[in-house]
Amino acid sequence: MESRNFHIVAESGIHARPATLLVQTASKFSADITLAYEGKDVNLKSIMGVMSLGVGQGSDVVISANGSDEADAIAAIEDTMKKEGLSD
Amino acid sequence: MTKKISGIAASNGVAIAKAYKLVDPDLSFAKTSITDVDAEKGRLNAAFDASKEDLTKIKAKAVENLGAEEAEVFEAHLTILSDPELVGAIQQQIEKDQVNTETALSDVTDGYIAMFEAMTDNAYMQERAADIRDITKRVLSHLLNVTLPNPALIDEEVVIIAKDLTPSDTAQLDRKFVKGFVTDLGGRTSHSSIMARTLEIPAVVGTEVATTDIAENELVIVDGLNGHAIITPDDATVAEYQKIGDDYLAQKAEWARLKDEPTTSADGVKVMTGANIGTPKDLAAVLENGAEGIGLYRTEFLYMDSSEMPSEEDQFEAYKTVLEGMSGKPVTVRTMDIGGDKKLPYMPLPEEENPFLGYRALRISLDKTDMFKTQLRALIRASAFGTLWIMFPMVATLPEFRSAKAIFELVKADLKSEGVDFDDNIKLGIMIEIPSAAILADKFAKEVDFFSIGTNDLIQYTMAADRGNEKVAYLYQPYSPSILRLIKRTIDCAHKEGKFVAVCGEMGGDPIAVPLLLGLGLDEFSMSATSILQARSLIKNLTTTDMQALANKALDLDTNDEVAELVKAATTNN
Repeated sequence: MESRNFHIVAESGIHARPATLLVQTASKFSADITLAYEGKDVNLKSIMGVMSLGVGQGSDVVISANGSDEADAIAAIEDTMKKEGLSD
Repeated sequence: MTKKISGIAASNGVAIAKAYKLVDPDLSFAKTSITDVDAEKGRLNAAFDASKEDLTKIKAKAVENLGAEEAEVFEAHLTILSDPELVGAIQQQIEKDQVNTETALSDVTDGYIAMFEAMTDNAYMQERAADIRDITKRVLSHLLNVTLPNPALIDEEVVIIAKDLTPSDTAQLDRKFVKGFVTDLGGRTSHSSIMARTLEIPAVVGTEVATTDIAENELVIVDGLNGHAIITPDDATVAEYQKIGDDYLAQKAEWARLKDEPTTSADGVKVMTGANIGTPKDLAAVLENGAEGIGLYRTEFLYMDSSEMPSEEDQFEAYKTVLEGMSGKPVTVRTMDIGGDKKLPYMPLPEEENPFLGYRALRISLDKTDMFKTQLRALIRASAFGTLWIMFPMVATLPEFRSAKAIFELVKADLKSEGVDFDDNIKLGIMIEIPSAAILADKFAKEVDFFSIGTNDLIQYTMAADRGNEKVAYLYQPYSPSILRLIKRTIDCAHKEGKFVAVCGEMGGDPIAVPLLLGLGLDEFSMSATSILQARSLIKNLTTTDMQALANKALDLDTNDEVAELVKAATTNN
């Protein structure tokens, strides 16, 4: 299993557009991918799951991937996080 | 019969056209028990697929009409329709409860809607409930084999009447034909309002009764300036509103023309119009309205919007964002002004009999110097990214200013020894809001780089009248000759020493005060961003010599009301 911490710096947190892109990125991989925030775990391939957390600016989240392509998945998610200015 | 309904003014302008009611078909259904679970799942999948097909088309239309950025919301909708957890939850519900797809779909999406609406601390997420409703409606329409109204087919000028406009509704609207919106629901930040402002069409939202009071094809006037809609107006009313609309457009064009122009009086005297801001989020409006600088950045929001003392790094980022955003135009930052009516949860202040006359602003900064030094470090570091001016609030005496300046110099020396990059010419000024500072302005002017007159507090302290107490509200008298004399003294003393003076209180953008302040020789008028172009337009039509004469007359009158009358009479004759 591969995990990484992200500190969310984007002003409105993980809102619709970046959430969509994160989910789309995660959906490209076969690994099971979860996002953990304040003790709750959601499927990162589920937009409703991700938006339901209401992750705001200044939050810390942990993204974990489990499966054959877990390392690539985490790398791609990190890339999306940076490109969207979600995390630094 | 003419009827008038009221709501929230969501997008400026006036529109007059026939009503087109964008109201949903009957999407009601009965809850039924089913036995063939697979057949229901098949219906669900087919409805989802058909909805995705619709949305792909709507998205293409939206890209064409509104641009790629506005169309992104449909990408989000498509992602929701592809959400494995959503489909999974509905399938489970069908299986578990043995109910028809319509019931399972509503149960599951109602749960999500309730969850988003419960996020009361996050307006953005609350509005997402509308997205889920939008998608549910579409899927339901396919399950029930009914057609949603198709606004894409509108081919004559109309005013759209709806309960609430959803993203897929607005995407299909052709701006050539849609002249305005009136809705039952929504607020200034709801989707319909944002879209109306993007499309620059007048809108009134939150009327509660638009869909019941307005019938299809009735003539409607949308007054997006005042938040009214007039139903079946007579010819005279139509003509009246046509004029209001035309005047607004002419004024808007005039203001837009002034956006990148300097603020110059009719006789060629250049002054500055700046903006008052509270957070870096206000920058967009500052730039849209062509501010020539920021005359007041209230840093206390950094402290108040936080659950703990903001770190040097957090402050630095905020200041840097504002300085960079202004691309070299001067940004005047006021150091922390906590106390009075502003409290911090993490820094308990003793209860006071007279908080406005108590422990607040610079008085706290000079007492809790660690906190003050952190703010100054963040500010001085940020100065490398633009033109920074710093001012201290609530200065009553010269030693207070000298102490603050000494701490500033100390922090600067520390940063220099650490090799940190900063601007060595940061201007230091004070707020003139306590009468003692105005009276002693000649002495202060020799030591500070600039003054900024905080008129709200100056009036409160001069009149000895609490701003928050309605019983003494009549004493808030901005045009009182007593206030004008203090302002005149402040400006004269500053100019004698070659120093700069701004006004950053309500008076800075007040149409009665602006002519007087121009006459008194003010250098910068700082106000809320949305008032800037109006003030610039006003100043362009004023002659400084006339305003000097007007101000001199005002200084010699007896009362606030006499001054207001004098200015009104002089400026409407122009």
